[in-house]
Amino acid sequence: MISAAELRAFLHRLPGVDEVGAGERAARLATRSIKTSAKAEAIDLAISMVDLTTLEGADTPGKVRALCAKAARPDPLDAGVPRVAAVCVYPDRVDVAVEALKGTGIGVASVATAFPSGRAPLEAKLVDTRAAVEAGASEIDMVIDRGAFLSGDLLKVYEEIVAVKDACGDAHLKVILETGELVTLDNVRRASWLAMRAGADFIKTSTGKVSPAATLPVTLVMLEAVRDFRAETGRQVGVKPAGGIRTTKDAIKYLVLVNETAGPDWLTPEWFRLGASSLLNDLLMQRRKLTTGVYSGPDYFSQD
Amino acid sequence: MSDRLAVRKTYKLFIGGAFPRSESGRSYVVTDAKGRFVANASHASRKDARDAVTAARKAFGGWSGRTAYNRGQILYRVAEVLEGRAAQFVDELRQTGVTKPQAVAQVDAAIDRWVWYAGWADKLAAVAGSANPVSGPFFNFSTPEPTGVVAVVAPDSPLLGLVSVVAPAIVSGNTAVVVASEPAPLPAVTLAEVLATSDLPGGVVNILTGRRAELAPWLASHMDVNALDLAGVGADAVAALEEAAAGNLKRVVRPGDIDWADEPGTARMTAFLETKTVWHPVGV
Amino acid sequence: MVFEYAPAPESRDVVDIRASYGLFIGGEFTDGHGDPFKSINPADETVLAEIATANAADVDRAVKAARTAFDKVWGPMPGRERAKYLYRIARILQERARELAVLESIDNGKPIRESRDVDVPLAAAHFFYHAGWADKLGHAGFGADPRPIGVAGQVIPWNFPLLMLAWKIAPALACGNTVVLKPAETTPLTALLFADICRQADLPPGVVNIVTGAGDTGRLLVEHEGVGKVAFTGSTEVGRLIARSAAGTGKKLTLELGGKAANIVYDDAPLDQAVEGIVNGIFFNQGHVCCAGSRLLVQETIADELLDRLKARMATLRIGDPLDKNTDVGAINSAEQLERIRALAAVGEQEGAERWSPPCELPERGFWFAPTVFTGVSQSHRVVQEEIFGPVLSALTFRTPDEAVAKANNTPYGLSAGIWTEKGSRMLWTAERLRAGVVWANTFNKFDPASPFGGYKESGFGREGGRHGLEAYLDV
Repeated sequence: MISAAELRAFLHRLPGVDEVGAGERAARLATRSIKTSAKAEAIDLAISMVDLTTLEGADTPGKVRALCAKAARPDPLDAGVPRVAAVCVYPDRVDVAVEALKGTGIGVASVATAFPSGRAPLEAKLVDTRAAVEAGASEIDMVIDRGAFLSGDLLKVYEEIVAVKDACGDAHLKVILETGELVTLDNVRRASWLAMRAGADFIKTSTGKVSPAATLPVTLVMLEAVRDFRAETGRQVGVKPAGGIRTTKDAIKYLVLVNETAGPDWLTPEWFRLGASSLLNDLLMQRRKLTTGVYSGPDYFSQD
Repeated sequence: MSDRLAVRKTYKLFIGGAFPRSESGRSYVVTDAKGRFVANASHASRKDARDAVTAARKAFGGWSGRTAYNRGQILYRVAEVLEGRAAQFVDELRQTGVTKPQAVAQVDAAIDRWVWYAGWADKLAAVAGSANPVSGPFFNFSTPEPTGVVAVVAPDSPLLGLVSVVAPAIVSGNTAVVVASEPAPLPAVTLAEVLATSDLPGGVVNILTGRRAELAPWLASHMDVNALDLAGVGADAVAALEEAAAGNLKRVVRPGDIDWADEPGTARMTAFLETKTVWHPVGV
Repeated sequence: MVFEYAPAPESRDVVDIRASYGLFIGGEFTDGHGDPFKSINPADETVLAEIATANAADVDRAVKAARTAFDKVWGPMPGRERAKYLYRIARILQERARELAVLESIDNGKPIRESRDVDVPLAAAHFFYHAGWADKLGHAGFGADPRPIGVAGQVIPWNFPLLMLAWKIAPALACGNTVVLKPAETTPLTALLFADICRQADLPPGVVNIVTGAGDTGRLLVEHEGVGKVAFTGSTEVGRLIARSAAGTGKKLTLELGGKAANIVYDDAPLDQAVEGIVNGIFFNQGHVCCAGSRLLVQETIADELLDRLKARMATLRIGDPLDKNTDVGAINSAEQLERIRALAAVGEQEGAERWSPPCELPERGFWFAPTVFTGVSQSHRVVQEEIFGPVLSALTFRTPDEAVAKANNTPYGLSAGIWTEKGSRMLWTAERLRAGVVWANTFNKFDPASPFGGYKESGFGREGGRHGLEAYLDV
């Protein structure tokens, strides 16, 4: 096990991030022009990377089943549309999702650890996690303790991730940094390395409940972190921006960012996900625009 | 004379980028130079003034945070849009009793005044700032920064005077609450329509019409107003307003004997600037 | 998966290139009486247009037209009115931004992303900024009522044709001068389009005159006795000739010349941003930048890591069609320049430097040179000493801040420098000691009309931009 001092020293030795420079780099990549065949490929890739999400207090079994149907067959009129990567729900709705997605190959991701605030005793977080795993979740999206991180108790953050990873068993662990609360890109880089060293399979930007959620500069810094982590340790970690990604244009910007930062190795649903809900229909609309040549409208896509 | 009946404009206040009527429901009659009815102007209350200050404060962060170049572009855009509506201003000024050539000259000067101040946006810091050669291993520089919310009691020159007090307040990033000329408020409301269509963010300029004597004390004493321009205040009212302004140590510009047609200097801009000096060590 | 970007070419339909162009004198296009020359597209070597060459009589005509406009119209005009003309020009540049960007990329070879996002917006900003000075010269610190000089003769280079035009014309006009400008012979087209913009703005005839031609035309212009002010941007070699020719004439002179900028990376630098800054510093505009960061000085403790990251980043640069919106590095501007870059790169290899370029396919037609880095070089290598003016970086190491500064200053040039460190005091310490006119810290190649630009030593003298830049065009 690592000591608090070692962990702190390690994280504070990471190269700094200049916010202006990172912002310029992200903005420049956002001007890439992805057209015609490249756009068609990018749209299908983005669809296959979507973690279709519903995380509301008002989620019912009916709502979750509807979402699962959408996940398996995003466009009922076009079987050529790929399925999404996973459906993301609260732990007590995992059983419904597992049942609804049986045989589709679509993963069931569950948020856990007292999502979204994470302000609960560790024991409760572990219970939350185990319940989701026992109900059949193949992926767990945990939140880090931002309070501990911001107060300098990095070891607590680390040990919680280790404990939750242990509770996950075979389920993949995505660690949500909630970058909107970490604020600085230096913090984002440190939290990324902390999570990866603690065993995260994925690092994820946001819960979607805090503004700002995913941004291009934050995702850029996280992609640099997974790139550098693999170079140093040989282990590949995935990245998931979540929240605020609503349009095809947004999604393609993220794919370009992956392509030119971490590299093509990350351009699969196994290593890159987009946490979103309304994004999927926009991807479908743009997809149909490419096949029919005319702009479509929301009336022609299912709202679930 | 055409048979067609003209559609008249309702003259309202301008607060936070919207055009509300006074919350008080009051209005007052605006007449032309011969005493004939022209329009009912909104008669703003202290609550309208309060709302205007809130709107100005809300807009301050965004406006002062824009690049100077962007503020300059927007002020220049105001001049462009004003030029396009020059005829309307000429008509409104003629109602106040000036001749057509005088009205045209005032409108032209008002447009050029926006252009003059637009150019200052990205030059003020070069003229008013400095690098300071302190004794010691320190890099030391001073930059001007906007003071915050400026309350402006506009003079009775209803367009040129108004522009000459509003533009210098906002060009550096301040936001403003303006009490328009009391006898001739209509050009101010029309100017608000120009501002609202010139990419100026809502709340940067807020315009109240009504009684100066009623509104000015509330603005002078308001603890969330940082500065006060008394250009349109009569000599007898200055002392009391300055005293009220002392409550939170507002920066006050006193009324003076100003010909608004003269080329302005920089004093009206620097009056609403703070100077920030930064020290930083120099060493390996 | 491999994510290939499909070609995304910007449409050429927006530009209308005429078969031939004359000289713009006194508000009219007129014939030139020298031998015409051709401007070609460096990306495919096609001929774009035939361009007139101004001979001595033509240059004389242009200077006289400028003098007449100065005496009769522009000189007496109130600053307030001059300002409005410049604002008009700024607005028309913004309105015709796409057209200008496409034309610039076709004629120069630079990527459309740069002409669209850098050259054209900055050119417009330069006019907008200087428009604001025209009626405020008394506030600029040069006396209450500083006067213009008269006719300015201006000669500009091919690396930023429209932007350099703006840097020259905007302050000259704002201060009340009239101009005769000679664009570079390989990139005259945007200057000739600018002539049309002057007409759209109803700029009085003769205030801006554009004469085209090669070095001879430029020499005739700067040596013309009717020119009171000479402004030149280009090579140090030509700058020296101009300084000699201006000797004893009383002409006011500003020169913006070559450079061999050091980009210093300390071991506490924000590495990813430093890599971006190095890439931007030397590969922006194919390295055809007088202030390019062509010498990388990296602290030895992080040299290997930084170079690995740099090479990985260079491998993602997209080289090719300048009009493709995804192109990062475009074409070398001319066969002549390409030859010069190749020759110097060959010298680098002969001197024993290690040469590296990412694997990249270069188009068959046109003038191309792959982004290149030389390692294992020192201050004694010619690639480190001489300005290559191409996408070629030399990487050196240093041990201490003193050594970094000593190496950075060890050049006859002094235009710009870069510093990368997270420690503010070290940044300022370094900046204080660098003999360079522009120092970028944790960024590189930033330009703004409000910020003075110009060099120390053999990089020239005089500043362009900001309050300081006005001095060059005022009789003070």
